[in-house]
Amino acid sequence: MATMTIAKAINEGLRASLTSNPKSLLMGEDIGHLGGVYRVTDGLIKEFGDERVVDTPLAESGIVGTAIGLALRGYSPVCEIQFDGFVYPAFNQITTQLAKIHSRSLGKLTVPVVIRIPYGGGIGSIEHHSESPEALFAHTAGLRIISPSNAHDAYWMIQKAIECKDPVIFFEPKRRYWLKGEVDVENAGLSEDPFKAHVVREGTDATIVAYGPLVPVALAAANAATEDGRTIEVIDLRSISPLDFDTVEASVKKTGRLIVAHEAPTFGGIGGEIAARISERAFLHLEAPVIRVGGFHMPYPVAKVEEDYLPDIDKILEALDRSLAY
Amino acid sequence: MGSTQLPPGTEETLAATSAAAAAPGEPVEMVQLLGPDGKLGTDPVFSDYAKRIDPEKLRVFYTDMARIRRFDQEATALQRQGELALWVPLTGQEAAQIGSGHASQPQDYIFPTYREHGVALVRNVDLAELLKQFRGVSNGGWDPRENNFHLYTLVLAAQTLHAVGYAMGIQRDQKLAAATDSNDPKAAVIAYFGDGASSEGDVHESMVFAASYDAPVVFFCQNNHWAISVPTEVQTKVPLANRAKGYGFPGIRVDGNDVIAVHAVTEWALEHAREGRGPVLIEAYTYRVGAHTTADDPTKYRESAEEAAWREKDPLDRLEKYLRAEGLADEAFFDQVKADGDELAKYVRSTTHGLEVPDIRDAFGSVYAEQHPLIAEELAWFEEYSAGFESDEETAN
Repeated sequence: MATMTIAKAINEGLRASLTSNPKSLLMGEDIGHLGGVYRVTDGLIKEFGDERVVDTPLAESGIVGTAIGLALRGYSPVCEIQFDGFVYPAFNQITTQLAKIHSRSLGKLTVPVVIRIPYGGGIGSIEHHSESPEALFAHTAGLRIISPSNAHDAYWMIQKAIECKDPVIFFEPKRRYWLKGEVDVENAGLSEDPFKAHVVREGTDATIVAYGPLVPVALAAANAATEDGRTIEVIDLRSISPLDFDTVEASVKKTGRLIVAHEAPTFGGIGGEIAARISERAFLHLEAPVIRVGGFHMPYPVAKVEEDYLPDIDKILEALDRSLAY
Repeated sequence: MGSTQLPPGTEETLAATSAAAAAPGEPVEMVQLLGPDGKLGTDPVFSDYAKRIDPEKLRVFYTDMARIRRFDQEATALQRQGELALWVPLTGQEAAQIGSGHASQPQDYIFPTYREHGVALVRNVDLAELLKQFRGVSNGGWDPRENNFHLYTLVLAAQTLHAVGYAMGIQRDQKLAAATDSNDPKAAVIAYFGDGASSEGDVHESMVFAASYDAPVVFFCQNNHWAISVPTEVQTKVPLANRAKGYGFPGIRVDGNDVIAVHAVTEWALEHAREGRGPVLIEAYTYRVGAHTTADDPTKYRESAEEAAWREKDPLDRLEKYLRAEGLADEAFFDQVKADGDELAKYVRSTTHGLEVPDIRDAFGSVYAEQHPLIAEELAWFEEYSAGFESDEETAN
């Protein structure tokens, strides 16, 4: 066991993959000598050289497009998109090419590209640096979308993403980069399967589903609810596509109430998909409508007001109150 | 073919010729060896490459150009008869495709657009495979690894970045090979695109990446003068070959209707790339004689006089003139080419009729390479839903 931040855990996970898989390589803007704007790739260029830790030209479509070509040649590229709001120039390559080459080739070609994207708000940043675009990608078949919420998962999930034959978008909760946690570098344990949800807190009165940066918020809200004598179950989704509906369904069948929280806008978001599926699977078990807590239908607001935009403990507690009072 | 050494002074000669170094906006010189009159000219650099083409190879060039034109006619006819939803004709561009395709070696990898039927022929792709996409039974189908010929990419220019990434992979493989004393032949990549696609950002980014890493890639732009209805002048104010200069690698305009020059220039460029000297841009100056696809009508946007002028520069006619004048092919040869073409057309027609319509259940199986619960769930639902109709039919019977 070692204590490390999420950023360090991803760094160590990348190091482990670069060591074990000679065909793996990292590509991105400023990831070499600088070690990335968040230092997630710190020190790796010294260890593995500039052929495997590649400072690319400043062009996101170019990064993903050339990564696809490298994958077709048998490599396992891991791309870093510097910030969530800068992924859109690569959107075409990701959705029309990366996601579809396997099916276009009738399964003959695989493109095991990983795209790391620091995402989400809460860091007081300027425009385009605080977005949560995961639903845009989850809507595209052929991609897998995962997001760790703690250091142990971060260490193992990045390695599992690189091992996966399918393209994986790895959303990193940037405001939690400095969150420390215990990492077992010997045993993945429950992190072995990156596409399964984890029940991270058991309870009987309601279920809160969250992922990435909001898992600690959901846990804090659940703890606060104990003051009112409520025991709340919390699920860390971990994977957005595929989405582990079985785990959510089992929980809802126990608690009867479901809150879904994400930073992304509620409209057209993952919460809506979960609400719809759970109403199909567990309609008669629901004691209240599924309630979503998320961003408003507006461009991510300026930093000085982002606290009013982001789901926080109070917003989740308010949703819980509504659900429990229904 | 395939000398591994460039003739001494090639780079310098190239730099000195206006074909490679015209300033933006200036008229650009074009490498031409076989003129429309069927007479063979000379070029300070590329005549040496043309000399490598023996008479048998020339006859193969002619045969392949004739075959692919016949194929193109047949596919167009199949579309007119409703057998294909769409066809993308290549007529007029045979020399650009057959010449460049033949310059590639088996170890090279090709990233085509959706019009590279001639290159597909050279790379031994079963031409019936190309029709699947246009009949609506597959989005690709052939195994690109068998002939190192990638699937057609429909989103313009996306494949130019894949080509550069693939070339970056070759570079890494060659370093590994050097470390292990492997004897694998050196390889390069060809990225095909057109004058329309040259405006796409991905072409720019691919050239930036290729230049930065000296990737072994040849950008082969077929300037066929029309992006559906929009002329090249709207895409560029300078000859497209000149753009290479801005990226820091050689750019050459070649007469795209001259199969000998196209082959010579492409062979030079591929050797340049394989030897680790970085990318090359070739602009093959040619003309799309037919429509962009069977869905448009060129009379709405261009003059028939322009088409007629280009028909005078036909790539097959000029090679036929040369072969006859030099006594390299007789009447029997041309008769045989025609008979072979008809045979190919017959094959394509019968194969098209026989193309199997896939089962949508197969599509579930290739969305992901690894198990995915949503795919399994939706397939199970579809099976159950379909089974409901079967039992209804049984009841009705």
